[in-house]
Amino acid sequence: MLIDHPILGPRDASEFVYKGDANLIHRPDWQAEDAAAQFFEYGYLRDNPAGPHRELWFHEQGDRSWLVVTRDTRTHEITKVELARDVARREGRSK
Amino acid sequence: MRYSGFKVIREALHGHRGWGPAWRDAAPASDYDYVIIGGGGHGLATAYYLAKEFGESRIAVLEKGWIGGGNVGRNTTIIRSNYERDGNEPFYEFSLKLWEGLEQELNYNAMVSQRGILNLIHSDAQRDAFVRRGNAMRLHGADAELMSTEQILAKYPFLNVDNARFPIKGGLAQHRGGTVRHDAVAWGYARAADARGVDIIQNCEVTGFRMENGRCTGVETTRGTIGAKKVAACVAGSSSRLMEKAGMRLPIESHVLQAFVSEGLKPVLPGVITFGAGHFYCSQSDKGGLVFGGDIDGYNSYAQRGNLPVVEDVCEGGMAIFPMLGRARLLRMWGGVVDMSMDGSPIIDRTHIDGLYFNGGWCYGGFKATPASGFAYAHLLATDRPHEIATAYRFDRFQKGLMIDEKGMGNQPNLH
Repeated sequence: MLIDHPILGPRDASEFVYKGDANLIHRPDWQAEDAAAQFFEYGYLRDNPAGPHRELWFHEQGDRSWLVVTRDTRTHEITKVELARDVARREGRSK
Repeated sequence: MRYSGFKVIREALHGHRGWGPAWRDAAPASDYDYVIIGGGGHGLATAYYLAKEFGESRIAVLEKGWIGGGNVGRNTTIIRSNYERDGNEPFYEFSLKLWEGLEQELNYNAMVSQRGILNLIHSDAQRDAFVRRGNAMRLHGADAELMSTEQILAKYPFLNVDNARFPIKGGLAQHRGGTVRHDAVAWGYARAADARGVDIIQNCEVTGFRMENGRCTGVETTRGTIGAKKVAACVAGSSSRLMEKAGMRLPIESHVLQAFVSEGLKPVLPGVITFGAGHFYCSQSDKGGLVFGGDIDGYNSYAQRGNLPVVEDVCEGGMAIFPMLGRARLLRMWGGVVDMSMDGSPIIDRTHIDGLYFNGGWCYGGFKATPASGFAYAHLLATDRPHEIATAYRFDRFQKGLMIDEKGMGNQPNLH
């Protein structure tokens, strides 16, 4: 698989480490009333869809950026690659 | 029809006209006591033990494709019980004991071959860890023997013990481990279950669950609605896809695991060798092909095919300790989709929905577990209590901090 890195261009997927579902960007509030239940879901439960999947890839053998890659789990076709930082800010994270 | 040597000779003399189908091609009835979703090894074993050990009848096994077409036909056929954790070792040892009696039990030649499995050791730290694992195995009644490099070379003279990065310093052997003809496991259980009245319904995909007052009372399928007192999911690899139809999210990611077989060779490899440090393991099939594999590809996939970096990684591992492998041509390679759970261990449990049960999360190790998984799942279905060897395989272990993490990797499914 080739991942079209937004800064570096197409890179071999073997330069990256796979870090799972991109929803992991949204760590729960540890001070919430139901923090234990939220962290259980965050830590252990996954949608695991057959089809388009937004996922985190870490460019460990490259510029060490984190990417959000949209990839079809049935075909391995990659349709979108973004910097995880941009996605996180767009979705309401402050840093 | 009972199979025997006499029957084989008799049929040979009569043009093989006396063999019948091994199981009926059943059509679905309107309702059953038990509907098992998934006609793989585990589902068929569950049906067989439900009928035989627990005296249950009116059982259906629903298979979306054909019997033996999923992971039971895609694995690398190894059986062993060399686990360390208390939640695992009694379960896998029970499974190995069932393998030892399987062919007589099913009257089916599954080619169970206890040729031994060897885990290679490369460092003092690894030796300590394997000694500890071997002791844990023996405490649970399994066999384990620490082997010296000289003992290993006596059985496997071709191994490269002087590899610069991973010199072979010994190994942990389980002599009762080995291989089984995987397709014959599916066929043997299917035939034996069918003989006890189980309906095996192929080309029947479950499209939804029938819920009444919060209780699961049956399944919607491509061949109509089928009612059931108890519905048992048993579709490892596709567990998340199925259970999503019941509104459940699972502690599971689906990953692709590749396997390889070389052209047929004369007997060169008398047992099973695992080179964990180099992500490689290998055995030789009775047809002569070297059957080998390594790590999962490491990203979510339902594709049943992998990518080339893992092919390269596996073959490099093989060449490092097993240089003669380079003389053999690769004949076939394929992929299977496995449920990778959050701690690397399986789940056999009730769900929060009455009447709906779950078996899955087998990671890359479901084949060896087939008999015990079927037995324990049948016990759970028939009695609503877990079998004593499977009490740790609960859904709530992740909430309660009771993970069974053999490798100590935490909730990173691609690292187990």
